[in-house]
Amino acid sequence: MNKIWWKILGSVLVIYTAIAGLLLGVPRLPIINESIRNLYFHVPMWFAMIVLFSISVFYSIKSLSSKSEIDDIKAVESVNAGIVFGLLGLVTGAIWAKYTWGQFWSFDPKQNFAAISVLLYFAYLILRNAIDEEQKRAKISAIYNIFAFPMMVVLLFVLPRLKDSLHPGNGGNPGFNSYDLDSRMRMVFYPACLGWILIGYWFYTIRFRLRSIENVLNNAEAFESKDIQDSFATSKNQSPAGENK
Amino acid sequence: MQLAKEVKYLIHKEVLLEWRSKYTINGILLYVVSTIFTCYLSFVSLSDKLAWNALFWIILLFASINGVSKSFLQETKGQQLYNYILASPAAILISKTVYNIVLMLVLTTIALGFYTLVFDTFTPPDLLLYYVAVIMGSISFSTVFTMVSAIASKAGNGGMLMAILSFPIIIPVLILLIKLAKNAVDGLPWENSYDEIGMLLLVNVLTVATSLLLFPYLWRD
Repeated sequence: MNKIWWKILGSVLVIYTAIAGLLLGVPRLPIINESIRNLYFHVPMWFAMIVLFSISVFYSIKSLSSKSEIDDIKAVESVNAGIVFGLLGLVTGAIWAKYTWGQFWSFDPKQNFAAISVLLYFAYLILRNAIDEEQKRAKISAIYNIFAFPMMVVLLFVLPRLKDSLHPGNGGNPGFNSYDLDSRMRMVFYPACLGWILIGYWFYTIRFRLRSIENVLNNAEAFESKDIQDSFATSKNQSPAGENK
Repeated sequence: MQLAKEVKYLIHKEVLLEWRSKYTINGILLYVVSTIFTCYLSFVSLSDKLAWNALFWIILLFASINGVSKSFLQETKGQQLYNYILASPAAILISKTVYNIVLMLVLTTIALGFYTLVFDTFTPPDLLLYYVAVIMGSISFSTVFTMVSAIASKAGNGGMLMAILSFPIIIPVLILLIKLAKNAVDGLPWENSYDEIGMLLLVNVLTVATSLLLFPYLWRD
C-alpha cells in the first residue's frame, strides 16, 4: 500500500495544476499575456526530462561497474521515458511559440538546441539497436550515455545563454524568476513541476517492470539469476494494489 | 614513462602504416578536392562572405568524419587483439588521437589552401585568425570523432552509425567554430575571439579527459 502514495500525489498534483493553471489569475506581461500559463505545462516537461536522464546516467555508470542487466534496463527505460517528455516539451514550446512568436518553429537557438539534445538520445536508442549481444550493448550504450549527458546539459543551459534568443530567460528577455513570477503562479508552478516529475518517474517504473517481465519470458536461463527473481517477486506483490491507477 | 614510450611507438606505427599505403591521406585528399571542385562548378564564384565560410566548414566537417572514422573502423579483429595484448588502452587512445590531429592539421591546411585558390573572389581579411580557427577545428574534430569512432567500431556497421552518433555531439563545437571563423571573416580584432578560443580549448580538454576515462571500458571487448 505504501508504494502508491506518490502515484496518487503525482496524479492529484497534475490534475490540480491543469485546472488551476487554466482558471487562476496570472500577472499581465506584455506580448505574453495569457499564454504565460504555458509555464505550467512546458517547463515541468523539461524538469521531468532532466530528472529522468539523470536517473539514466546514474544507472549507466552503475551498470559499467556492476554489469547487471537490471541496471542496463533501468538506464534504457528512463531514456525512453525522458525522450517522451523531451518531445512533449518541444511540442508545448512550439504551440506557445505559435501564439507568441508567430510560428511553430522559428529556428530560435533554444528551440534548436533542445531539438538537438533530444536527437542525442535518439542516437543512443539507435546505437542500442545496432548491437545484438546483450553485455556488449549494455557497456557501449552506457559509455555513450555518459558522453551524451554532459553534452545535453551544455546544449540546454550553457549555449543558449551565449547566443541571442527570444526564449524567456535568455538574451535579455524577462525570465521566470522572482521578479516576474508572482505568488499566484508559484502556487501552481511548483506543484506542477513536482507532479509531472512524479508522473514521469511512474511512467519509467511501469516500463521498467514491463521490460523486466519481457526479458524473463524471453530468456529462461536469466530467471535463474537472483536479482531478476527478486524484482519479479516484488512487482507481483505490487500489482493487485497499484495496478489500476 | 612507460606510457610515453608506448604512445610514441604507437604513433610511429600508425604513421608508418599510413605512409606505406597512403590510403587515408589520398582518400581524404581526393574527397576534399573533388568536393571543392564540384562546388566550384555549381557556385562559380562566391563573393558573399557568409556563404564562403559556411561552405568551407561543411566540406571540412564531412572530410573529418570520413578521415577520422577510418582510424578505428579499418582495424581488423586480429589487429585489435594484438593491440590489446601489447599496449595499455590509454596509450592506444592517445596515440590515435595525436595521429588524427596531425592528419587533420595537414589535410585542413591543404583544404584551406585549395579553397582560397579556387574561390579567390573573397579572402578573409584576417587570414591568420581564420587559420587559427581551422587549427582549433581540426583538433576538436579529431578528439571528438576518435572517441565516437571507437564506440561505433564496436557496433555492427560502423560507417552510418558513426555519422548518426557524431552529429549531435559535434554541433555545439561546430557552432563555436563557426562563430570564431565568422569573427575572422568579419575582420574583428583578436580580443573579441579570446572567449571562443578559450571555450574550444576547454571543450577539447573535457573530451579528451572523458575519452580517457571511458575508453578502457570500451577496450575490454
